[in-house]
Order: sequence, then C-alpha cells, then structure tokens
Amino acid sequence: MVKILLGLALAAACAAAAAGEPALARRAELLHLVKQDCGSCHGLTMKGGLGPSLEPATLAQKDEEQMQFVILHGRRGTAMPPWSTFLSEAEALWIVGQLKKGLPQ
Amino acid sequence: MRRLAIAALALLQAACAAPEPRGTGDLGLVVERAAGRVMLIETSGRTARARVEGLGDLSHAAAVFSRDGRYAYVFGRDGGLTKVDLLLAKIDKRVIQAGNSIGGAISQDGRVVAVANYQPGGVRLFDAATLEPLAEVPTGSKVVGIADAPGNRFVFSLFEKGEIWIVDASDPRQPAVQKIADIGRQPYDGFVTPNGRYYLAGLFGEDGLALVDLWNPTAGARRVLDGYGRGQEPLPVYKMPHLRGWAVAGRYIFLPAIGRHEVLVLDSVTWTEAARIAVHGQPVFAVAQPGARRVWVNFAFPDNGVVQVIDVAAMKVVKELKPGRAVLHMEFTPRGEQAWVSSRDDGAVVVYDTASFAERARLPAESPSGIFLTSRAAMTGF
Repeated sequence: MVKILLGLALAAACAAAAAGEPALARRAELLHLVKQDCGSCHGLTMKGGLGPSLEPATLAQKDEEQMQFVILHGRRGTAMPPWSTFLSEAEALWIVGQLKKGLPQ
Repeated sequence: MRRLAIAALALLQAACAAPEPRGTGDLGLVVERAAGRVMLIETSGRTARARVEGLGDLSHAAAVFSRDGRYAYVFGRDGGLTKVDLLLAKIDKRVIQAGNSIGGAISQDGRVVAVANYQPGGVRLFDAATLEPLAEVPTGSKVVGIADAPGNRFVFSLFEKGEIWIVDASDPRQPAVQKIADIGRQPYDGFVTPNGRYYLAGLFGEDGLALVDLWNPTAGARRVLDGYGRGQEPLPVYKMPHLRGWAVAGRYIFLPAIGRHEVLVLDSVTWTEAARIAVHGQPVFAVAQPGARRVWVNFAFPDNGVVQVIDVAAMKVVKELKPGRAVLHMEFTPRGEQAWVSSRDDGAVVVYDTASFAERARLPAESPSGIFLTSRAAMTGF
C-alpha cells in the first residue's frame, strides 16, 4: 500500500516536472515572493497599490503568455521591473496560473 | 463591623486602582504586516508591551501620532484608518475611508488627519479626535508623498499627473488647494524638510527631484539633481524607495538614487550635488541618525539582507550589518542611541546600540515592516 502511494506520488511529481511545474519547495518560495515582494507594489492581497490589481477578476480576460512576458521582462515606462533574473519561464507561467485562480491564503 | 467595612473598602480600592500613570515618550509600534496587527513597543527596556489586532490589510502601512503622543493613526492598504490608544493598548476608533490607501499625515495643530488614497485617487480629511470625515480633495491620480507643512497645510504629489498640490486645511471643511503642474514624470514619494520650508518629490520617470519652496510656492517647482543618471540605463527597481524628513542630516540631504546602487547627497544650501556614495544595492530608506553624523541605508530585493551605515563626515560606508532576511525598515530613538530594524523574513525586530553597533535586543514579530516611534508626534513632516 505504502509502495503504491509512493509510486503515485512519484508519478504525480514526474508529471508536474514534465509540465514544467516548479517543485513543491520552490512553489512555497514563489508564493512568498509574489505575496511579499510583488505585494510591495500590488498589495499583499493583490488588490493593487502603485501597481495595478492582480486579483482574479481583473486578470480574467488577460492572456497568459502576455502576463508571463510582463513578469519576465517588465513594462517599459512603468515601475514594473523584469524578473527574469530570478524566475524561469515555467515559474513565471506557474505564477500567472496562481494569480488567475487567486493566491492560497 | 466598621473595621470590616474599612478593610473591604481598602480591598476594593486596591482592586480598582488605576495602573501607574506613565508617559508615552518612549513608546511606539511595529506593523506586523501579514497579521493585520501592531506590536506596541517601548524603547527604555526594549520590550514589546502588547499587541493590537484587527487593523485590516497592513501591506504598506504607515502611522502618525497625536500631538500628545498617546494615539497612533495607522493607515492601511485597504483604506482603513485606525486610531490606536498606545496606553490602553486598544483600538480607539476605526473607519474604512477608501478602497486603497497609501499613507497620511497629521496637521500642525493636531486637529486634522489627512489620508492619501490610490483608489479613488485623492485626499480625505478627518477630525483627529472622532475620525469624522471633514472634506475630500479628489485628484484623479494616485496620491503619493503626503506630508504636513506649517500653516496646517498638507503637501503631496500625483503619480500619473506629475503635479504637487498644497492643501490648506486651516478650515478643514473647506480646504483651499494650490496646484503646481509639470514637476516631472511619475513622482513616487515626497517629503517636507524638518524645518518645514521645502517639499521635495523624488521622480521615478526621470532622474531628478522636484523642489518646492513652501515660503514661496507660487514660484513653482524647480528641478534638483537633474540628470543624475548621466545617461546610463537605470537598473531594475524591485522596491520603490521611501522619502521623509529623516533624509536630512544637517546641511545635507541623503537620497536613494533610482535604478542606481548609490545614495545621492544634495546640499540644501546650494541645491547642488555634494557627493554620491556607492552602496550595496538599490537603496530604499536612507535615514539620518539623530545627531546627523551617520546615515543608515537598507535595500530593495534581492539585496535586502544588509544595512549599510554611511559616515557623514567621510561621505562613505563605514559599517555593514546583517540583521536578518528582508530588512524593511529602520527607526531611531529620538536621541539616536538605538536603532530599531525590522527583518521581515526572519520574523524579528533587532535593536542596535548605535555607538558600538552591538545587538541589544531581538524581539520576535510576524513579518514586521514599519517601525514608528512617538517622537514623530513633535516633528514637522511626519
């Protein structure tokens, strides 16, 4: 039984890795980064500040790849900096998904 | 029987005795940003006295103090304005006054609290005693860098519009507004010098600052430190710097450069660059220690585990401290013998002896950010 569970977990982990999803420990780091560091402009709850709101309702119509691009490369003429030094493409896309469905509390 | 009654009365008196009266000169608060809570501190014994809960969303919270130093007005991100009683350690009053707020100020006479809002953009005035709304000044733009100035005025900048407005709240139900246009692109913060005479706004959209002489505001804004980037491409800024009167050390004003790992030194007599000091990262706060001999600097992500100390006479970094991960704020005791430093990711507020740089205390706190001491009550521009 334990072996089966372990196998299942392993399979799930492998599936996640194949899809480019960050590992579990890294996800916690990323969520911390989003809440605390993105949060200094967008608000801890993503309701916006100097930067715009990143709540699910605001983002519903936004293109995922476009959002990923903005995270990685910033927006010229605004205060949004590029995060590509700290995030991979897959991590940026995962963050987009988290923002779109709402960050876990 | 009579004796018994006297004894009972004495007992009752003891039970009902008021706590020992105390002053508030050594009190203050630390924002626990993720918990919607403030930790009340005292700097004589360097301890936490109490916690006050229920202040809402405190990401980017700031506080000002009543002129008697008893109450803190805490401005929360969710538009909450909370009046906290530091002595009774409880919320005295609380209102939700807007959708998204950034900070505030208290008038010279202590009667009016002004709150700067992002959403909807504008400034709202409240009665400091009751938090009753008095007036609203819509701006159609995000308000940043609000500070009080002599004459019961409030001065602030408009991020999108690139303007500085001066609101005279002498009659707080009918404030008079004076507008200064074309001050530069994207002012991100601003402050009034401790002598109450000048308002300086830092610009994000270009490399320079806007200066207004509050003795002669009709002259408009003039540019200082213009083109300090010398045409070089700015580095990414992962946290917006903060400006306040603490930037002033005697004749010199210490300012974070935008997109440069430098602190700029502005001479407040000639309004020209006196020096620029290479530092560890993008500076966020450059805070002069009372006495003006040293300036402590913290930094934006990813360099935010370090505090550097600049010697004003030498105009260079003389000390580097590592209080913990994600240092968000620093506050000095009024005479400068202690520095209180918050480390968000280590969950600690660290107290330094500023003479020896020895760590004197380390108080646990949940994601601590801003540290605010009651000495601000007596300072113009705070």
